[in-house]
Amino acid sequence: MALFKLNVNDQPVNVDVDPDTPMLWVLRDTLNYVGTKFGCGAGACGACTIHINGVAVRSCQLPVSAVGEQAITTIEGLAYNAAELHPVQQAWLEHDVAQCGYCQPGQMMSAAALLKQNPNPSDADIDAFMQGNICRCGTYTRIRAAIKSAAAKA
Amino acid sequence: MTILKTAVGRRSFLKASVAASGGLTIGFSLFAAPQTLAANAKTAPDHWFEMNAFLSINPDGSIKVKVQNPEFGQGLMTSFPMIAAEELDAAWDDIQTEMAPFALQNYNWQFSGGSRSINRNFDTLRMAGASARHMLRSAAAQQWGVPLTEVNTSNSQLTHANGKKATYGEMAAAAALQAVPKEVPFKDSKQYSIIGSSRKNLQGKDIVTGHGLFGIDQRVDGMLYAAIVHPPAFGLTLESFDADSIKGLPGVRDVFAIKTYLDGYLQNYFDTNAFTEMVAIVGDSTWQLLKAKKQLKATWKQMPDREEDYRTFTSKAKRFIPGALESTDKHNAAMDALLDGEIKVDRRDGNPEEAFANAATILERRYHGPYLAHNTMEPMNFFADVKADSAYLSGPHQGPMFVHDTVAQRLGLPKEKITFDMTRMGGGFGRRAYPHFAVEAAVISKHVGKPVLLTYSREDDMTMGIYRPSYRVKLRAALDANNNLIAYHVKSAGVPEACTFANRFPAGAVDNYLAEGAAVDSNITTGAFRAPRSNFMAAAEQSFLDELAEVMGKDPIDLRLELLAKAKANPVGEKNDYDADRYMGVLKLAREKSGWDNSNKKLGVAAYFCHASYAATVIDLDVVDGKPVFNKVTSAVDCGTLVNHDAAVNMAQGGIIDAIGNALFGEMTFVDGVPQKQNLDSYRMIRMSEAPKSIDVHFVESNVYPTGLGEPPFPPTFAAVANALHGATGKRFYNMPFVNQLKG
Repeated sequence: MALFKLNVNDQPVNVDVDPDTPMLWVLRDTLNYVGTKFGCGAGACGACTIHINGVAVRSCQLPVSAVGEQAITTIEGLAYNAAELHPVQQAWLEHDVAQCGYCQPGQMMSAAALLKQNPNPSDADIDAFMQGNICRCGTYTRIRAAIKSAAAKA
Repeated sequence: MTILKTAVGRRSFLKASVAASGGLTIGFSLFAAPQTLAANAKTAPDHWFEMNAFLSINPDGSIKVKVQNPEFGQGLMTSFPMIAAEELDAAWDDIQTEMAPFALQNYNWQFSGGSRSINRNFDTLRMAGASARHMLRSAAAQQWGVPLTEVNTSNSQLTHANGKKATYGEMAAAAALQAVPKEVPFKDSKQYSIIGSSRKNLQGKDIVTGHGLFGIDQRVDGMLYAAIVHPPAFGLTLESFDADSIKGLPGVRDVFAIKTYLDGYLQNYFDTNAFTEMVAIVGDSTWQLLKAKKQLKATWKQMPDREEDYRTFTSKAKRFIPGALESTDKHNAAMDALLDGEIKVDRRDGNPEEAFANAATILERRYHGPYLAHNTMEPMNFFADVKADSAYLSGPHQGPMFVHDTVAQRLGLPKEKITFDMTRMGGGFGRRAYPHFAVEAAVISKHVGKPVLLTYSREDDMTMGIYRPSYRVKLRAALDANNNLIAYHVKSAGVPEACTFANRFPAGAVDNYLAEGAAVDSNITTGAFRAPRSNFMAAAEQSFLDELAEVMGKDPIDLRLELLAKAKANPVGEKNDYDADRYMGVLKLAREKSGWDNSNKKLGVAAYFCHASYAATVIDLDVVDGKPVFNKVTSAVDCGTLVNHDAAVNMAQGGIIDAIGNALFGEMTFVDGVPQKQNLDSYRMIRMSEAPKSIDVHFVESNVYPTGLGEPPFPPTFAAVANALHGATGKRFYNMPFVNQLKG
C-alpha cells in the first residue's frame, strides 16, 4: 500500500492503495465514484472511460501510480455544475439514448473527449473515435445522433 | 374478450364485463392490504399516502409508482408508470418512479423475461391507476357533499361543476382512507393521452450523471468484496486448493471452498449451474481479489457421468449430464449424426415422404448456430448479508420470485426471513434469470458472517456457462413439376436442446409437412438468450425461404404472403400458432416502408412470430472490402397497443443491432471443455462503426392487447442479414457467425 495524492473532479483526495491498482478500482472501491463502470478489465469495452486532462482513458488499464496530480474527470464530474449538465449529457437525455444504461457513462466520457478535440465530427470521425465503447443493448444509432446534437449545441 | 385470454396471473381478475360506458370493468380483490391503509392514516411518516401497492401520493402532489418487475433496459421504470398514470388521470410531470420491493403478496409475477412484462401487468397497472382515481373521487365526493359521478378528474385535479376543486395531493390523505373499489371501469383506448405517446426515461438523469443504480454499485458499511475461482473447463470440479498460496496477499481476508448447492439438492427450474464446487476469496477490494484469483493454486478433477434432478414448472424431471470434456467439433459431428438419422417426430401433416419421393425439385440446406455468450455489460454480481436467523440479498436478477426458494433452501431459512431487493441490471437478455451467483453470494456471506458483494470478473462471466445453445437444422422443400411447394421438412438438433417449433409457420401453409427434433447431452450449461431457440430457427427458416423463393422464381415477400394467404384461407392442421393476417401485416408494412418494390438492388427480408409479437426486418447493405456496410434497416412490428412509442422504437433498434452483431460475430467454441474466448478482446461484439447508419421502426397501428418487444425484432434480423449478404455477394450464408465466411 502507498499514499497517493489525486485530483478527482476538481477535488484533491488522498488514497492509500496498492500502487498497481487501476484507477477504475480506486474510483469505485476507495472513493465511491461508482459511475465509472467495470466491464472487462482488459481495455476492450470502454465502460470504464474517464478523462485525464480532458483526454479519454480506459481507467481499468491505468495504474494509480501513473496518474500523479493530473486532472481526473469521471461521469460524476462531467456536468458543468449541479444545475447544468454537459451538452453530451443533455443530448443523451434529448435522444433518450440509454436502455440498460450501464455502458453509457463510458460512452458519454468518450463522446465528450471527442467533441473537445473535434467539435464538429463527421460520421466517420464518430465511428472511429467511439469504436472502443461497446453497447450490448445496441444503442449505437442513438449515440451517433446524440453526439451530433451535442456538437451542434456546444 | 382478448383481454381475459391474455391476462395471466396468480391474482384473479375474475368478473370481466363491459361497463355501460363502453369501457372495460374488471373485478379484483388485490392490493392495498387494509393494515397498510390504517398505518398510513395513523402515522404517515414520510407523507406518502399509499393508494395501493403500486401508487402513493404525496400532499405536495408528487405521485410515486412502484415498478414491480426488474428493469434491464426494457424501459419498465417509465412504461409501467405511464399505464398507471393514464388511468389515474395524472399529470405526467407529477410522476416519480421507484423499483418496488420483492413482495409476492402484493405483486403477482415479479419476473422480467419472455417479453411479457407489459403483457402480464397491463391490467394490474390500469387497475392500480383507476382504483386510486376512484378513491380520490370518493374522498372528494364526501368532502364536497356531491355524488361521486359528478366528480371529474384531469391532470391530477379533482373538479366539480359547482366550482369546487382540489389537487390529488390535497385529497391524498382522505383518499387513502376510502375503501378500495371492487371494480373499476377502464378507459377506452381512444381516450388515451399517455399510453401510446413518447415519454422520456424517468431515470434518464440518474443514468447520465452516473448514479449508482446497478447491483455492482452497491456499497454498504462493513461490506467485504468477494470473488470466485471456478474450474477452467466444463466437466471439471474442485479437487484441492492451497489457501496459503494467497493468504498473505494484501487485502485477502479469507479463502475457502463453497458448494453452491448441497449434495442431493433438487434444483429449481432456473438453478442451472455447471460448477457446483469452487473456491471463494473474500477481501478488502475488488482489485486485490482479482490479483489473488490469478495466484491461487488449485487442482481440478473430472466429474463422472451423472443424473441431475430438477423441477420443471409443473413437475420433476431428470437430466443426464455427461462427464466428458467436450469440444465443438464433437458437438457438430453429433448434431450432424442426428440430422442424418431417425429422430423424434413432432408433427406430420399429409404424406411428406411420398411428396418428397415424387418431387420434381428438392431444395435441402443445413444451417449452423454456435453457442453464444450473453456478455451483459455489467458482469454478474450480487450482494448478500446473511445472519444466523435472517438474510438480506440485493442485486441484478430477472426473477426474484425464482431465486427466493433456492436461497431459502440453501440457507435453511424460512422464506419469510429472507428479504430481497432488485437493482437495475446492466443487461439481462435471459442470463440473469439463472442466478446461481446470488446463491454463491449468500453462501459466502454466511461463511464469513459479514455482508459481501460478490463480483465476477469478465472472464468468470464469459466462462461460467448459461450460453445460447448450439444448433443445427436441416430444412428441405419439395416442388412439383410446376414449381409449386408440395412439402416442407424441418429437422433440428441442438446441444442440449432441439429448436423445432412444430406448429409455427410454415406449418399450416404446406399440405405435406414434417417437423422433427433431437438433442445432444452436454455438461456445458445453457439458458435463455433473447428469444431462445426462435433466434436460431428464424435465422435458418427465413434464409431458407429466401433461397426457396429464388429457386421458385418468386419475390421473397410474395412467396411468404402466398403461403400465409393459404394458411389463412385453408389451413393445414389445427394447431398452427400464428395469426396469418398479423404476419402478413408486418411484411406488407416493411415492404411499403423500405421501398422494397422500387429498390434497384436485392434487399434482405425476413419475418418472424415469437413471444406473441410479429416482426419483419428489411436490410439494405453493401459489402465494401469484405465488410458489410448497413445503409438502412427498416423494421415493422406488431406488438398490439404501444405504451411508450419512442422507447419502443429504441427497443426495436437495439434488438436489430444486437442481432446484426450476433449474426456477424457471435460465437463461443470449446476445446476439451475450455471456453475458447474469455474476454471481450477475443469475443467480438458489434461496435459503432459496424452499426447501421439508420434504422426506421414502424408499428402496425393496433389496439389489440399489448404483447412484447424485447425479443420479437431480434430473430428475423439474423436472416435479413444473411439474405441481404446474398444480395450483395451472390453467396448464401448458412453458418453463423457470418464473419468467418466474409473473411474467407
